[in-house]
Amino acid sequence: MTAPSTGDGWAAQASDNGLVLVLSGDWIAADRLKSGLPSIPLPLKSLGGIAFETSGLGRWDSALLIFLTDIRRHARENAVTFDAGGLPKAAVGLLALIAEDAPEIPPKSAPVSLAARTGGAVIAIGDEALAIAATIGETVLRGLGMGTGRLRMRCADLLTCAYDAGIAALPIVIVVNVLVGGILAFVGAVQLRKFGADIFIAALVGIAMVREMAALMTAIVMSGRTGGAYAAQIAAMLGNEEIDALRAIGIPLHDYLILPRILALTATMPVLYLFGCATGIFGGFAVSVAMLNLSPEAFLEQTRASIPLSQLFFGLGKSVAFGLLIAIAGCRCGLKAGRGAADVGTAATDAVVIGIVGVITLDAIFAMCAHALDF
Amino acid sequence: MPSTSEPTADTGTVPKLRVEGLSFGYGGKPIQHGISFEVATGSIFAIMGGSGCGKSTLMKAMIGLLRPIEGTIHVESEDYWAAADERRAEIGRRFGVVFQSGALWSSMSAEENVALPLRLFSPLPDAAILALARLKLSMVGLGALGAEMPAGLSGGMRRRVGIARALSLEPEVLFLDEPSAGLDPISAKRLDDLIVELRSGFGVTVVMVSHELPSLLDICDDGIFLDAETGTSIARGAPKAMRETSTHPTVQAFMNRERPPETKPDETR
Repeated sequence: MTAPSTGDGWAAQASDNGLVLVLSGDWIAADRLKSGLPSIPLPLKSLGGIAFETSGLGRWDSALLIFLTDIRRHARENAVTFDAGGLPKAAVGLLALIAEDAPEIPPKSAPVSLAARTGGAVIAIGDEALAIAATIGETVLRGLGMGTGRLRMRCADLLTCAYDAGIAALPIVIVVNVLVGGILAFVGAVQLRKFGADIFIAALVGIAMVREMAALMTAIVMSGRTGGAYAAQIAAMLGNEEIDALRAIGIPLHDYLILPRILALTATMPVLYLFGCATGIFGGFAVSVAMLNLSPEAFLEQTRASIPLSQLFFGLGKSVAFGLLIAIAGCRCGLKAGRGAADVGTAATDAVVIGIVGVITLDAIFAMCAHALDF
Repeated sequence: MPSTSEPTADTGTVPKLRVEGLSFGYGGKPIQHGISFEVATGSIFAIMGGSGCGKSTLMKAMIGLLRPIEGTIHVESEDYWAAADERRAEIGRRFGVVFQSGALWSSMSAEENVALPLRLFSPLPDAAILALARLKLSMVGLGALGAEMPAGLSGGMRRRVGIARALSLEPEVLFLDEPSAGLDPISAKRLDDLIVELRSGFGVTVVMVSHELPSLLDICDDGIFLDAETGTSIARGAPKAMRETSTHPTVQAFMNRERPPETKPDETR
């Protein structure tokens, strides 16, 4: 038999068949647990049973339940009878609800070795490449199907997407390109002035905008603006089970969701690029004429003479490729997102990052190809 | 709310909640008007009615999410909506609210969801907060799933974690929006038991929006029936008594799962 002991709010008394815990005072979590959890310093081994006496118990809440569940667990581990008879009826009811053995065991994930993780990552990259290839392939196939009338895309969706990726994006594309054109003129002026070659500012701005900057800047803006929006939209639809509903009814996801977005962005990007070129050159023109004292006629003439039409087609081709890349990245990131609120944010971030890095990488590849071909 | 070792039923003369002449709705247009009722301390009160009649909206007004167009809501003797914002938040902390979907914070594990209110609003040390969070999760039968993220839980589990979270600050009033909708009968019964035990154990007053007849008849000892057509309440009292004594055809149809007599078949959903 254990020597009787006491604690804060409880006292242990020996009895015929073991131990009686006499609970007293208030057991309110806000006071009782302030200095930590109540401990049970009783050696419960070789006790017959443990019972309770609560005539002196005041108000109580979860603090008492924590204490009691703890004792109950110890009692079970030591094969000691836990006699809840002396406890308040309500506490007995609540204790009964708190299952002694956790009924639902979470699936334990085994630790994964480095080799397995590396292998998994490689396989995941392979799967992702396959999925992207499938998306591109399906886009092409369904796009060709458009001519034969087998496409189940809603025209209204295409128009909404085109408006969103086109007219709605125009102001920001114009602002960015005007500023880039102006900056190019300033930067060029510093060097070209030294050689008295001011007039070549027009050529510099013109070639830079048409060949590189208009396509690149527009793509970066659209990647942040539209690529991210596509991913967020589709991820949110996934969370709402809208995508599941489409799949269950048998509406091809591709026709309904992805194709309108890809077509819209691929079609609007070249138009935005042209606006970008024009407004970029205008930015350079404004800076040159207003601040660097170039004559307007000379600037325009020099611009016209220095840009062959082939450069414009090169830029147009690039902008189509960028549009395709941004739209596919956006849709793909949306479709493979998780279903929570945070996953929508992750999908949008991924789409923007992949879009911007992808566009710049693609631009570098274009530049290398053009250099190799002496274009 | 703390309990005495001998829990007593309705003790005070002041009801826990008193709603008087309440009109509420969106954009200044009332969905329901002239709603008055009292919720006695320690009772389980049901807000009933057909879909779209404004049950959840009434609950929103009662928990401080939607300012009523007219009327007052008293929490004990304090006018809830006349109180300053900080005071209203203080009163609101005595409420526990469970939303239909569970409304868990998706960036936190189940246990962190339950622990967060305690971390913000109680002076307890970390070990005590964790023990309390685990206790609340065990109460709803999810003691072993504390580390799970909400995305990994089923709909019913999420709702139960939501209940555990609502219990974290030992609320005086527990508001539940359709607690057992979509739960299997065993889980629903378990939830009913939990609600009853919380009431008798902690003296919690429960206000629940529901149209699950078994729960309503089983555990609710008072209630109000809102009608979409007239835009006001058409019955008051315990659901069981309502079923037996109400002569209103809509109430009768609801309580006996029948089609209202005046509704033509093509108007039913």
